[in-house]
Amino acid sequence: MAGSNGIEVEDLVREFKGGLRAVDGVSLRVCEGEIYGFLGPNGAGKSTTVLMLTTLLPITAGTATVAGFDVARQGPLVRSAIGAALQEAALDPYLTGTEHVRLQAALHGMPRKEGRRRGDELLERVGLVEAAGRKVGGYSGGMKRRLDLALALLHGPEVLFLDEPTTGLDPQSRQALWEEVSRLATDEGVTVFLTTQYLEEADALADRIGIIDDGKIVAEDTPEALKAQIGRPSVEAVPQDPAELESLGDVLGRFGSPVAASSGAVAVRLERGAGELAEVVRALDGAGVGVSSLRLDAPTLDDVFLEKTGRSLEGESEDAAEETPA
Amino acid sequence: MLFFSVALAVARRQVYRVFTKLSFFLPSLFPVLFFLAFAGGLTRVGEVPGFDFPAGYEAFQFVWVLLQAVTFGGAFTGFAIAGDFESGFARRLLLAAHRREGIILGYILASLVRVTFTGLLVAVSAYLVGMQVLGGGVDLFGLVGLALLLNFSATLFATGIALRLRTQQASPLIQTPLFLMLFLAPVFVPMPLLEGWIEAVAAVNPLTFLLEAGRSLIIGEPAGVWFAYGVGAALALVLLGWALTGLRRAERSGS
Amino acid sequence: MSRAVLLQVLYLSRRSVLRALRQPATVGPALVFPLLLLAVYASGLGPASGLEGFPGDSYLDFIFAFPLVQGAVFAAISAGTDLARDIESGFLSRLSLTPMRPVALLAGLLAGVVALGLFQGVFFLAVGLLAGVEVQAGLLGLPLLVLFTVLVGLGFGGIGAILALRTGSGEAVQGSFPLIFVSLFLSSLLFPRNLIENDWFRAVATVNPVSYMVEGIRSLIITGWDLQALALGFGATGLLVAAGLFGAAASLKTRMARS
Repeated sequence: MAGSNGIEVEDLVREFKGGLRAVDGVSLRVCEGEIYGFLGPNGAGKSTTVLMLTTLLPITAGTATVAGFDVARQGPLVRSAIGAALQEAALDPYLTGTEHVRLQAALHGMPRKEGRRRGDELLERVGLVEAAGRKVGGYSGGMKRRLDLALALLHGPEVLFLDEPTTGLDPQSRQALWEEVSRLATDEGVTVFLTTQYLEEADALADRIGIIDDGKIVAEDTPEALKAQIGRPSVEAVPQDPAELESLGDVLGRFGSPVAASSGAVAVRLERGAGELAEVVRALDGAGVGVSSLRLDAPTLDDVFLEKTGRSLEGESEDAAEETPA
Repeated sequence: MLFFSVALAVARRQVYRVFTKLSFFLPSLFPVLFFLAFAGGLTRVGEVPGFDFPAGYEAFQFVWVLLQAVTFGGAFTGFAIAGDFESGFARRLLLAAHRREGIILGYILASLVRVTFTGLLVAVSAYLVGMQVLGGGVDLFGLVGLALLLNFSATLFATGIALRLRTQQASPLIQTPLFLMLFLAPVFVPMPLLEGWIEAVAAVNPLTFLLEAGRSLIIGEPAGVWFAYGVGAALALVLLGWALTGLRRAERSGS
Repeated sequence: MSRAVLLQVLYLSRRSVLRALRQPATVGPALVFPLLLLAVYASGLGPASGLEGFPGDSYLDFIFAFPLVQGAVFAAISAGTDLARDIESGFLSRLSLTPMRPVALLAGLLAGVVALGLFQGVFFLAVGLLAGVEVQAGLLGLPLLVLFTVLVGLGFGGIGAILALRTGSGEAVQGSFPLIFVSLFLSSLLFPRNLIENDWFRAVATVNPVSYMVEGIRSLIITGWDLQALALGFGATGLLVAAGLFGAAASLKTRMARS
């Protein structure tokens, strides 16, 4: 099953003082060269899982191997096989980018020459050559993230952990980071374990997704398969005459239960799938309700999350993003 | 009325923080330490020829420590304001308050509560160490008034800097001038016994006037008190302008 | 120590020093404030040197131990604060993920303190000599004075590291500043023990190891080679260093409880 360079987790538990189970029996497998997206709202247990897998937090119960090494018993071997970008700004504002890279190389015990070569190469790859001589305190959020990534990659890890790598980044920086992560997995066979609270990110990047809520994995599969589990698309319609919004709702209501819609529109999840669309049009015609727009939406990961947990992730992640400014 | 409700809201939050957050609370104990170290260890300094202070060295030091306490009470209020701007909390205050001068009044009130607490602590420790007070009620009232005036000025000074810089970096800029003012004064011995260049600086330091007036009050032989009140009031007035223009700057910066 | 560990220590100490030098707002006051207070004490308490039983004939000579000790404590507190910030920002976690030996981290941090202490010691001594401080122990006493400063800084640096590692909060380390200052002031730092009138104060100063550190330093300046004072001074300093290092190493082990 999972290659020796992947991640295997069985019934992982982390209990904090006072009995709070931040991680409550998580099992998962990540294959070599795979990008695994760990999706969940704030406080779901994502970071706690990462801390345990990176040997920074002792495990309460369960087992985990990373790159073929036991996390609980082979800490040093695990650490030498992994790279991690754990949280925002885990950098020294008073050191320059180059100094960070040199320090990291020394701590990994890399020969000086190799450390320099590899460091310069990585700084170039993450687009920080020009900024390398400047103190990190003056970097933007995106630059810090990129430096963080370069440092995590310096010693050529087989498994890379990224804990919410794009929180607080602008769309452009986010896109650039996604591309680099994809490239690492595809071209270099690096296994990537990525936590995120952004559906879009998990959808775009991950080969497989685990949805975690309240310390437990509630769903796990490829993004496509997860969405297929929901199976049924939703249809959203805007009436030609805004006064007809209610009668429009009545007609659509015959085809399924209502879901969130844009303002001035009505949306329902089609009970019997996309095939019903033609009937919807006929019914509207029959009822004499004119529509100015009619749209079929494929199920999203948010629908999956809603189905599994009864809550919407989108709303939560918006709030969370506001509370943690970059 | 809006003015006072804003002031009270700001003051309430600030006072609450001082007494619930250890890192805010600990510094208010600092003056007690100064008093114990200076008044406790240096009593023999009172025997130096030319040192003429009938109430003894504890009372002599008490006045300085009291003024030190109220000055630094103001400085710490400045630190808190700078921290509020750095965390973005101050933006919320500026948005919510219609009469923003009320924000400054709120911080001043909180500073007053804080130094009242610290002042009482110092007074209690002084009493425990056996400090003699020769002045009567009116004299002590005068001493407290001087201290409050100084606290008011120091708070306004610190507020003005905090509102201009709006980051924690403001701390040294608030602390250093106040520190210099406090120490470049007749701290350990009366003015005539000071030696060297510090004597020249102390002669023009406004704190010197407040300090000497305060000491004259505690022995019940008031001297230069009205002048000291004048110096304090002038200082407060100038610094009020400094704080208010700082508020305008903060408003203009949009943060 | 292997070559790799040496290299780690080298880079980590380099970082400590660079970080300190790049925060002039921290280094500046650490150099200026002790000298300023020295001037204040010398000016205000100068007349006290005329009291009967006062050691030596100049209060400036007497109080000169003050900037040396205070500067060392400043450097130690800022090193502790820096370490706490590393914990807050997650930088320590990043270091924990490398094969770095914890001892390298501690050595790097303290090497930074030692470097700054060395610089401060030399600087204060130079200023003091220019201002008229006379060191009775002569030329040979000067390096010993600097050594004292460095060791005191190392000892308090260990305490700062313990606070940082236990609390993981820069604010808490800064907040403990007053407590450390209590230990400085409730000693014979400002006034000779034989002239302290209050019994409770004299008792506290007598059991406070800071008194012996200060008196050891002071003996080199006002007495010359007083072996007893030096032995007590180095003994007290050595104890502080040992306690600081041992405690810091233990705290680091707990903090970096990686598997």
